[in-house]
Amino acid sequence: MQIDIGQLLAIFISAVFVYNVILSRFLGLCSFIAISKETKPALAMSLAVLFVITMSSALTWFIYRFLLIPFNLAYLRTISFILVIATFVQLVEMIIRKFAPAMYRFFGIYLPLITVNCAVLGVAVLNIDMFFINGKAVQASFFYSVFQGVCVGLGYTVAMLLMSGIRERLDLCNVPKVFKDFPLAFIIASILSLSFLGFNGFRF
Amino acid sequence: MKKLIPEFLKGLIKENPTFVLALGLCPTLAVSVTVVNGIGMGIAATFVLLGSNIMVSLIKNFIPERIRIPCFIVIIATFVTITELFMKAYSPALDRALGIYVPLIVVNCIVLGRAEAFAQKGKVLNSIFDALGMGVGFTLALILISGIREFLGSGKILGATLIKGFEPVFMIGMPSGALLVIGLLLGFFNLLKSRKEKACK
Repeated sequence: MQIDIGQLLAIFISAVFVYNVILSRFLGLCSFIAISKETKPALAMSLAVLFVITMSSALTWFIYRFLLIPFNLAYLRTISFILVIATFVQLVEMIIRKFAPAMYRFFGIYLPLITVNCAVLGVAVLNIDMFFINGKAVQASFFYSVFQGVCVGLGYTVAMLLMSGIRERLDLCNVPKVFKDFPLAFIIASILSLSFLGFNGFRF
Repeated sequence: MKKLIPEFLKGLIKENPTFVLALGLCPTLAVSVTVVNGIGMGIAATFVLLGSNIMVSLIKNFIPERIRIPCFIVIIATFVTITELFMKAYSPALDRALGIYVPLIVVNCIVLGRAEAFAQKGKVLNSIFDALGMGVGFTLALILISGIREFLGSGKILGATLIKGFEPVFMIGMPSGALLVIGLLLGFFNLLKSRKEKACK
């Protein structure tokens, strides 16, 4: 198995900056707007998302490579992926509640919310689109898939932390009443997204 | 019939999924670059909504309470797969333009939200009209956003130039433009709402 360092770097920069999962691909936007009011919950959510995306990238790779391709069932990928992700999130929730109650309190309600976070399914589908060409896995595709999962999770964390920092300060400002909360959050996200557009020069 | 028409109409404005309920924003923002994409996404989502609402309200009595969400997700995913295969076969160009946002209809909160909030309680006929209303409301919202973006971002509507010599705003066609347009629209609808409340007083 040969891993190309240049390719890894390309995946990292495009997933975190150029095609940031929230600011340019709009995946996981609901949680981004809803939970970015304060930094601490935002960080908890980001870590939970990072963990689930990484694990589900690995899981869905196995499902696709060893179940769907050999049995010629590639068209079932949406159904099987969403079921695997939902079950996995439930499992993680049960394990954390049982063995790490402190962590469970930290993540709280954010873990079950991840099931319907489109970023998780989005990355799984994206991995298949990128690292399987005509139904055949490219070299070291498992490693690339998991790495892309980690990078997308990091991109999510970066966007969440930026946004929650800005919104915390914005609480103290006097803004027009009709723009309070959601409309303003979208406009801030737009400006953030515009500044991330500057990374487009790094396109690979 | 009298009861069914309000079920349909409420999705259009009063409970518009995009602007009032703020559900399913990811695909709304991502595909609203051109009106054609917006309409395609709207029709695909409406089909999935209709199918899943009908199925859920038909078999609601057989689904145990505790595992209803996974059951709903499987039903929704089935209809999404149908849509995906159909789109790949009959309009590959649209499929390429919408990309990963077609399979992502599965996690569109509008569809699961309607199954959970309406179809598992209502009768089949009511669910059909509810799904159609929500679907059309979603499509209209998509057409509004993508119309604004296509016009400002490229100076065209449905590929036809409207004003000669119009200098397109590059940024509106980019992802940041989508966020800006929806932010301003939400603010605008809030303004209308507060005006109306004041008038009522």
